[in-house]
Amino acid sequence: MMKKTTSEQSATLAPSTEANGSGAVQEHEIVLSAEHVKKKIGKRWIIKDVTFTVRAGEIFGFLGPNGAGKTTTIRMLVDLIRPTEGKIMICGYDVNREPEKALAYVGSIVENPEMYPYLTGWENLQHFARMQPGVDERRIQEVTEIVRLDERIHDKVSKYSLGMRQRLGIAQALLGRPRLLILDEPTNGLDPKGIRDMRLFIRELAAQGMAVFVSSHLLSEIQLLCDRVAIVGSGRVMAVGSVEELVEDKEHLVIWELAESERGAALLGSLSGISVLDHNEAHLDNDTAASLTANSIITRTPEEQIPVAIRELVQAGIAVHNVRKLNPTLEQLFLGITEGETIE
Amino acid sequence: MNSIWPLVQNETIKIIKKKRFYVVLLVLLVLVPMFTYASMREAQENRSKFGDDWRVELQQAITDNQNSLGSDRVPEEWKKYRRIFIQQMQYYLQNDVNPNEPGGVTFTREFLDNSSSLFIPLLIMTIASDLVSGERTGGTIKMLLTRPVRRWKILLSKLITLTMFTSLIVISTFIICYGISGLVFGYSGFTMPVFTGFQPSDAGVNMDTVHAVDQWQFILMQMGLIWFVGLCVGLLAFMVSVLVRSTAASIVIMMAALIAGTILTNMASSWASAKYLFMVNLGLTNYLSGSPAPIDGMTLPFSLTVLAIWAAVSLVVSFAVFTKRDVLN
Repeated sequence: MMKKTTSEQSATLAPSTEANGSGAVQEHEIVLSAEHVKKKIGKRWIIKDVTFTVRAGEIFGFLGPNGAGKTTTIRMLVDLIRPTEGKIMICGYDVNREPEKALAYVGSIVENPEMYPYLTGWENLQHFARMQPGVDERRIQEVTEIVRLDERIHDKVSKYSLGMRQRLGIAQALLGRPRLLILDEPTNGLDPKGIRDMRLFIRELAAQGMAVFVSSHLLSEIQLLCDRVAIVGSGRVMAVGSVEELVEDKEHLVIWELAESERGAALLGSLSGISVLDHNEAHLDNDTAASLTANSIITRTPEEQIPVAIRELVQAGIAVHNVRKLNPTLEQLFLGITEGETIE
Repeated sequence: MNSIWPLVQNETIKIIKKKRFYVVLLVLLVLVPMFTYASMREAQENRSKFGDDWRVELQQAITDNQNSLGSDRVPEEWKKYRRIFIQQMQYYLQNDVNPNEPGGVTFTREFLDNSSSLFIPLLIMTIASDLVSGERTGGTIKMLLTRPVRRWKILLSKLITLTMFTSLIVISTFIICYGISGLVFGYSGFTMPVFTGFQPSDAGVNMDTVHAVDQWQFILMQMGLIWFVGLCVGLLAFMVSVLVRSTAASIVIMMAALIAGTILTNMASSWASAKYLFMVNLGLTNYLSGSPAPIDGMTLPFSLTVLAIWAAVSLVVSFAVFTKRDVLN
């Protein structure tokens, strides 16, 4: 199981910071760090405790359900909102104290990429280029090509599709050659191909050494894209770690399709280490859930027990049509972690 | 990012591309011909009544007003206005100057005289009310404020742009007025004498300080005062646009204030402290032509001061709020 955060963070963060100096493990430098960031709006603490670090070259996922405080946190990262407590550092500058220095290293899209609809894509980019030093027409042309918008760049933004707006938003974010890219739900509203393109694109940027901070409520998305992930729920970072680290200890779920499902289920349940689950308590992702029939049996099974179970079933004369081992999803993880929280 | 000019360039481009300024020009291009036509009809009517001699016409106007002074049904307040009007007209008559000498320049002068308290502030509002709230309505404020530029600089660039467009609107009003009315009335009249310096007093008008200036000088003074009024109203609208999220709400609030001003001007003369409200102080050009102030105790320096204070306060509020506030949506 995963450790609860606050203790875990101080354990994992402190040594790596030192490692940076000593050079024992050559970690990439920290580009973004949030330390015990809290925000009170009115009388309510919207953000209760957010702590994490993002390093150069890494894709960092910020995962949580809607209303968990993802967007509020992102707004604090880019100085749209002032934290009530805590500190946010970007490339060594405090975002709230020296925004003009810190933000020079950041490209961001907060929520939707809202550009001026009455200007063309090119004019929009010119507009934002004028707001930062060292961005010339050549750079505008460059980012236009990077996001493959060169054909339509001189059209008014009001005529763009959502995907094109998204790409223009990214072009805008890339203008100042940022070291940190912050993307809020970057695949929102994109079609499957658009989502795939976006994923490849983000990978490419990270490979060039950029740190990418991606928020999402789509768990599979984060799992496919990110190196490390912070899981947020009700204003708190509940866990931080690499995606593999977070999922490795999980018992596997196995789906069985048997000729005689009732007898089979009884038999499986009697074997040691295997427990039969109700369809609803299994927390499956949508695609898996859709593939189930009423006769599918879901069990929680240690990996080494799977061949044992198959042998037992065959010996009992129950035909085995299909056995599927499911990789644990972040969704299961997330629900596991937050269950306590929702009851609270 | 050190220079503010690229930011001003951005704001200017946005106003032009958003077609706000075109709307202003369009309104002028539609309305000025209407007023020109109305004014032409009036001139024709007067000519058919009084012939070509403007003196007869002016004398008639004086007599009409004098007659009404005797009537009990006319409120005391109106009588005062009329007495002042009569004195002024008599002064023109004595000096053998036609106050309504038809011509493009005279038309422009009269138009400016009437447009300072409502019309031009309204035009300036179309730009000022949208400057900040427009970014919020469109969500672009997030892009704007996450660039490495201090917030006060962004606001300052908007302010400079507003000042530029205020000047541009005042100048455009003059050019369009003169250009269009000149087609009908002719383009002459810049050197025609106009009397100014009337000082309304309890007894009527104090004529001691009255002197003639060329009409072009008079128009220049008018434009200066209108520019000042426009800027002050612009700054107030600017503040409202910082405070309110939607452009529509921002325009409605300012419209309500301006219209309240014209209503108050017509009825608030007994509520003396109303003179500290900005909206009754917008008719600065009236001080030039010598119309009595809507409330006792109002003079040109007084109105200038009141407007300047309102403008300064809105500036402070705009900057304080804009630089501190969390952008939540």
